Amino acid sequence: MNSRITRRKLLKNSALATTAVLTMPYVHGAYAAGSLALGVWDHWVPGANNALTKLVTEWGEKNKVEIKIDYITSQGEKDKLTAAAEAQAGTGHDIMSHRDWNIQIHQRVLEPLDDVANSLIKQYGPISPVAEYLGKIKGTWRGIPTAVGSQVKPTCSRIDLYKEHAGIDVVDMFPADESKWDKAKTDTWTWDTYLESAQKLHKAGFPVGLPMGQTSDAVDWVGAFFKSYGVVMIDEKDNIKINSDETRQALEYLKKLMAVNPPEVFAWDDAGNNRWLISGKGSSIMNPPSAWAVAKRDNPKVAEQCWTHPMPKGPKGRFVGQLPQFYGVWSFSKNKSAAKELLLHISQKESIAQLVEASVGYDLPSFKSMYDLPTWKTVAPPVGTVYGYPPRGDEQTSMFGAPARAEIGAQMYNQAINTVMVSKFCQGNEKLDEVIKWAEKELEGTLRT
Amino acid sequence: MADTLHSWNPTVATTAARPASKLLKFLRRRSAIAFVMCLPLMTVIGGLVIYPAFYSIYLSMLNKSQTRFIGLSNFTYLLSRDVFWMVVEQSAIFALTAVFFKALIGLVTAHLINNLPVKGQRKWRGMLLVPWVIPLALSTLGWWWMFDPTHSALNWIINLFGGDEIAWLSNPYWARFSVILVNVWYGAPFFLIMYLAALKSVPEQLYEAAAIDGASAWQKFVHITLPMMRNIIAITILFSLIVTFANFDIVQIMTAGGPRNMTHVFATYSFLTGIRSGDLPLGSAVSLFMLPILAVSAIFILRGVRKRGREIG
Repeated sequence: MNSRITRRKLLKNSALATTAVLTMPYVHGAYAAGSLALGVWDHWVPGANNALTKLVTEWGEKNKVEIKIDYITSQGEKDKLTAAAEAQAGTGHDIMSHRDWNIQIHQRVLEPLDDVANSLIKQYGPISPVAEYLGKIKGTWRGIPTAVGSQVKPTCSRIDLYKEHAGIDVVDMFPADESKWDKAKTDTWTWDTYLESAQKLHKAGFPVGLPMGQTSDAVDWVGAFFKSYGVVMIDEKDNIKINSDETRQALEYLKKLMAVNPPEVFAWDDAGNNRWLISGKGSSIMNPPSAWAVAKRDNPKVAEQCWTHPMPKGPKGRFVGQLPQFYGVWSFSKNKSAAKELLLHISQKESIAQLVEASVGYDLPSFKSMYDLPTWKTVAPPVGTVYGYPPRGDEQTSMFGAPARAEIGAQMYNQAINTVMVSKFCQGNEKLDEVIKWAEKELEGTLRT
Repeated sequence: MADTLHSWNPTVATTAARPASKLLKFLRRRSAIAFVMCLPLMTVIGGLVIYPAFYSIYLSMLNKSQTRFIGLSNFTYLLSRDVFWMVVEQSAIFALTAVFFKALIGLVTAHLINNLPVKGQRKWRGMLLVPWVIPLALSTLGWWWMFDPTHSALNWIINLFGGDEIAWLSNPYWARFSVILVNVWYGAPFFLIMYLAALKSVPEQLYEAAAIDGASAWQKFVHITLPMMRNIIAITILFSLIVTFANFDIVQIMTAGGPRNMTHVFATYSFLTGIRSGDLPLGSAVSLFMLPILAVSAIFILRGVRKRGREIG
């Protein structure tokens, strides 16, 4: 028998072995052990952290893994600072929460998680394109999208004010049962209708409140709006596309819309629109159900009139800004196999159901197949108020920065180029061409390698 | 055997005593003691100031993903950006205006307190120091609530008197005014206490002699007080300039650099590019731009102080 290993044979066998490993489904380790340290986002919903702690500790006890969880607040970007410090130092937690662009930012020190992600996709079907854009870097999953803290920012309208002053019944248009949605009605919910109703509500003394600062609430809704108008800043091939008719059309529209917003929207942080709605002055915002949840506690009469539903439709479709969170495993983690096992466990639908319930529907999974969880249908008052929170019907998710490469998108997003453009045009009264020229120059800067 | 042991003992004792006495001798030297006493502080400064400073310089010369040395490219890139020049302009406006008003208010209040009867001085001194004693992040949050874009307490008062609401934080120019105002409010007590100490050290005989010569209060101030306080004024201004240029908390809490990037200062812009946008090398380059500006002002001010020190000496 000729057992001599030739170079050709070795290469062939290695290639076959590599292919086999890569295509192998994720197989649970028979036994995980040791310890795991988690640095996770500190939930603002009281009790939501407890649900995650329970899930994780139960798994730890079952698998004989010692668990340590640190809840890190996102106030003042403390979570991002911690992640940056751990990435630089090459030591810290095993599993870390990453918001928005942080997977892309720390990709070099994040363990590939294709096995876990592909296993979940196989189980639950297609994943949100935004989650894929942010978590899958150069074809490799570096983070697993989690429901915890993940959100979209659809419209939250006051039922009574819309009915009385704008003649629109948002509950009738988007009832808490998707099978009852009438396309003829939902198709009337466009940006033109929104402007018309915003003007009426402004006249009645209840303006809509759309933030135009440089924080994520503002960037996300403007990003979704731009997308629905077909505005592209930079395409996949690094071409700057901002100087377009679509951009002009969108900015001209926003000039009219911002005129019927309160003037202070240009200084609002992410809590500004929440406060606006809760105060009873505002008729509509674009936000996760956090504003409604706080209103339930602080101003129940307002909460009873809140209805979350899809965004208005533009010439290029109906889009809602999505901001997913991820769990990443540091490449310097000492217990990667246990970390992967744990991520798989807390990403199961049964686990997600507990997390969504504990967050009163705020946490949003990235799998559409999980949007049938009962929480969104039962939460009240009024019953079904957040049914329209997960993207349903023709609503698609968007992320400002896409379709540009993620490292470029991250800069566009964090520098809030879209809202600064709108502010320059609508508040600073700069000429449209000058604003576009300014944006072109800023976008050129983001292409720096 | 026993002899051997005996004969060993003195030898051991002598060899042990020699380094001990050397150590004692070394420790007896005043400079050595000073060095040992300073060692913990030097270690802290080395670890928390010098090392990060050099690491920051190193970082600023790497590319975005920190995989390649790119020399001064981050700096040249920044110099080509309009937003960065706006940050330079704003930082200069912020620091110079705030330091000027802090020094002016500090000087005026120090004089007022100095002219109060001794019994009342302590009370006023204590009260006026309060802004400086409260943690800055907390007091800024308090100011933010007063300037809140939607529910401003100040606007409520203005409305009571029939005035129009002011867009404290949503109008870029008012936002600049607001952040400077908070910085002046916080920093003026530092100047007050320094100037008050300087005023107390001016010999009373000088004023008495000037009074005999018929000098007015203004002449006393210009010809006695100011020259005697020049060094302390220069040093406080330098110190405050450094701290104000590097300010982060006030702008970050109140405006986070907005609206339209028009209130960003070096520190907040560095945070935006370095931490939020994940470009640590560029963030380091932004913060290092403060270094030459502050170094030049430090050289000029300290040279003046030394010169006056020699004249007095």
